[in-house]
Amino acid sequence: MKFLRNKIDQLKKPFGKGEKWEKFAPAVNALDTFLFVPDHTTQKGAHIRDAVDLKRTMITVVLALVPALIYGIYNTGYQYLHQLNGGDVAFWDAFVHGLWKVLPMIVVSYAVGLTIEFIFAIYRGHEVNEGFLVTGLLVPMIMPVDIPLWMIGISVAFAVLIGKEAFGGTGMNILNPALLARAFAFFAYPTYMSGNKVWVSEATNVDAVSGETILGSLAAGHDVHFSMFNMFSGAIPGSVGETSTLWILVGAALLIFTGVGSWRIMLGSVIGGTAMGLLFNLWGANDLMNFPWYQHLLVGGFAFGTVFMATDPVSAAQTVRGKWIYGILVGFLCIMIRVFNPAYPEGVMLGILLMNVFAPTIDHYVIEGNIKRRKKRLAASKLKTA
Amino acid sequence: MSNDIRIRKGLNINLEGEAEKTVSDAPRVKTFALKPTDFHNTTPKMVVKEGEKVKAGDVVFYSKYSEKIKFVAPVSGTIAEIRRGAKRRILEVVIDADDQDVYKEFGAKDPGQLSAEEIKTYLLENGCWPFIRQRPYDVIANPEDTPKAIFISACASAPLAADAAFVLEGRAEDFQAGIDAITKLTPGKTHLSVNRKSDSFLNEVKGVELHRVSGPHPAGNVGVQIHHIDPINAGERVWVVNPEDVAIIGKVFRTGQFDATRTVAVAGSEVEKPQYYRVRIGSRINALVKNDTNDVRIISGDVLTGDKVTGDGFLGYYSNMVTVIPEGNEYRMFGWLPFKDNNIPSMHHTSFSWLFPKKKYKVNTNLNGEERALVVTGEMEKVLPMDVYPMQLLKACMVNNIEKMENLGIYEVAPEDFALIDYACTSKIEAQEIIREGLDLMIKEVG
Repeated sequence: MKFLRNKIDQLKKPFGKGEKWEKFAPAVNALDTFLFVPDHTTQKGAHIRDAVDLKRTMITVVLALVPALIYGIYNTGYQYLHQLNGGDVAFWDAFVHGLWKVLPMIVVSYAVGLTIEFIFAIYRGHEVNEGFLVTGLLVPMIMPVDIPLWMIGISVAFAVLIGKEAFGGTGMNILNPALLARAFAFFAYPTYMSGNKVWVSEATNVDAVSGETILGSLAAGHDVHFSMFNMFSGAIPGSVGETSTLWILVGAALLIFTGVGSWRIMLGSVIGGTAMGLLFNLWGANDLMNFPWYQHLLVGGFAFGTVFMATDPVSAAQTVRGKWIYGILVGFLCIMIRVFNPAYPEGVMLGILLMNVFAPTIDHYVIEGNIKRRKKRLAASKLKTA
Repeated sequence: MSNDIRIRKGLNINLEGEAEKTVSDAPRVKTFALKPTDFHNTTPKMVVKEGEKVKAGDVVFYSKYSEKIKFVAPVSGTIAEIRRGAKRRILEVVIDADDQDVYKEFGAKDPGQLSAEEIKTYLLENGCWPFIRQRPYDVIANPEDTPKAIFISACASAPLAADAAFVLEGRAEDFQAGIDAITKLTPGKTHLSVNRKSDSFLNEVKGVELHRVSGPHPAGNVGVQIHHIDPINAGERVWVVNPEDVAIIGKVFRTGQFDATRTVAVAGSEVEKPQYYRVRIGSRINALVKNDTNDVRIISGDVLTGDKVTGDGFLGYYSNMVTVIPEGNEYRMFGWLPFKDNNIPSMHHTSFSWLFPKKKYKVNTNLNGEERALVVTGEMEKVLPMDVYPMQLLKACMVNNIEKMENLGIYEVAPEDFALIDYACTSKIEAQEIIREGLDLMIKEVG
């Protein structure tokens, strides 16, 4: 450790204060602090600090994503090989095929996003924020597997530049950057983001492979050939990381246990989604409406969106009461858009983005309640002294 | 209505090195100092010059903008040095102490026989006025104001904090005399808060409304108690006094002499024998702490709100404890990994330390990360037991939005109430500093 530390200190010398490359210090510091928690001590305020920092928080989210990612990689291979060859598929065959497809998506996402983050950190003279550690992994997990890599690159660039940096950087964005990347790709390249050819690897090139999702089948009036167990375990077509409710729940458990993800938002979303699903079940005008409410929670991006997207602390509501309202409305809107949207049989992305826009309004009214209480107290006190 | 205050939100940080409940007289040190920096928003005007002799209780300087408020020598001796910093700002007025204190005589008074105005005049004259601080703004009280209530918190909840009941043992008469004087300064009530489990004489004090407080830190913060008992509204003033200062005030009334003796807890993992010492206000730190090396941080006060000092430095005017903890200027490889380094206390569940709330930790001054943008929500609310939105208030302070600050409750908070937010914040935001600057802006703009 000492040897490595000395090497890093040597490497950092030209980037020190007043040195030739001082401007580029944030980039070197980012690499340094990735290896070591720095030796910085408290200089003002409380003399002792909690062990947690933003890196630890973000890495916890990355860890929570790993089970769904691993399953997503496997499922990418499984869906293709199972449809192509039929019967059972060996785990490693599926995994290797999936990795071949998904790894480049992850690399492109991180490379483009982190490059922009580093450039802005250097330009603005602040340290690199760790938010993109999560965004960079989320983006490939919510994309169809066959989307061209350059589209991922452009979507990520748009999300980071327009969705985040234009608003002032990490912590200032209105919309969830990962979802914004997906929304950009969805509206810019709709043929690569919807339909029945994009959700399974090579479905566009190989006739024997169909890329239709469950929601796509329902919207088209086709029968659904997947069991409840398939829906829960994730052996269904879909975006890379969204299919397995089981492994998403494992991630949710970690987020809830560590307190990194808001359980209020997650539970609120499930309550909202359930309520909307039940309402549609009662209405029952078409196949999508008749789709059982509990299956609505298992298919598509509902579970993934609820656990990993709606809980983004920056773009979600920030007050305790606000989180409940926000969560319930997210669930409500996701299912509503899913069922009512004639152009696209999924609604989770748009539902969460819409609520991202309304989250500050929700917070505003919650905080307004606090302000009103304070003003009421002041008025009562003036009355008493009058 | 029950006078109990039960606090649920907050955090007790258990640290190694709690002061044992024994009191010794600290060795008499040669040097003492009055530090104008201890009195926020006060510009000193010197009355004495270097080389001049002073008695204990003689005026050393007064407040430039409120000339009635005088600051007096805690000991008798010679003004050794007036230390100045940038822009000739006075940092310390150093006094070389005599072997035996000689007191200025103010004449004993019975607070029961005096009017509020007479008590005020007496306190201003004998140098006890700086013990009375006001909320909002957490500054020395303005003698022209009439507070709606006075609050005394004899329930310390900060890490390793000095036990008020223990510190005041044997000083019941002084304390009662102090209360008798202070209660006359307000037409409203004087509130005394004690630990719910306390069985000290404080439960029997006359002339106060007693509150029994329970719960984690910051339950002992007077600001939290004010918020739960009688919150401050815009335009209102309440005054606060530390319990030991009440006893000092009482002693001046009883004897006519300004006896600046404090019982100070010396605590922390780097203290060989953590215990209580009797010292004078402004005493040199090395009378209390021997291991003054670069490997330790000496704090005049507690680890959340105290000031960093050196062994050559001096005890703060309001400090009733000195804490010594290790410096944390060391790297930790992959220290950001969740569930790693569980020997560092954390209220967050990304470490296992929260599972052992009773365990005592040896904690250092490492920042455990770097300052980042505000991302995580909900963590600040967990440690601020007030009907205040801390993150929104901090953001309002950052952008100097006075109207929003007022609406969000800036008058109800003091920097110390945000100390745990300093501690707990994932983004390592300096919350206390932001609130202090916000309060200063309010003083300037609203008054």
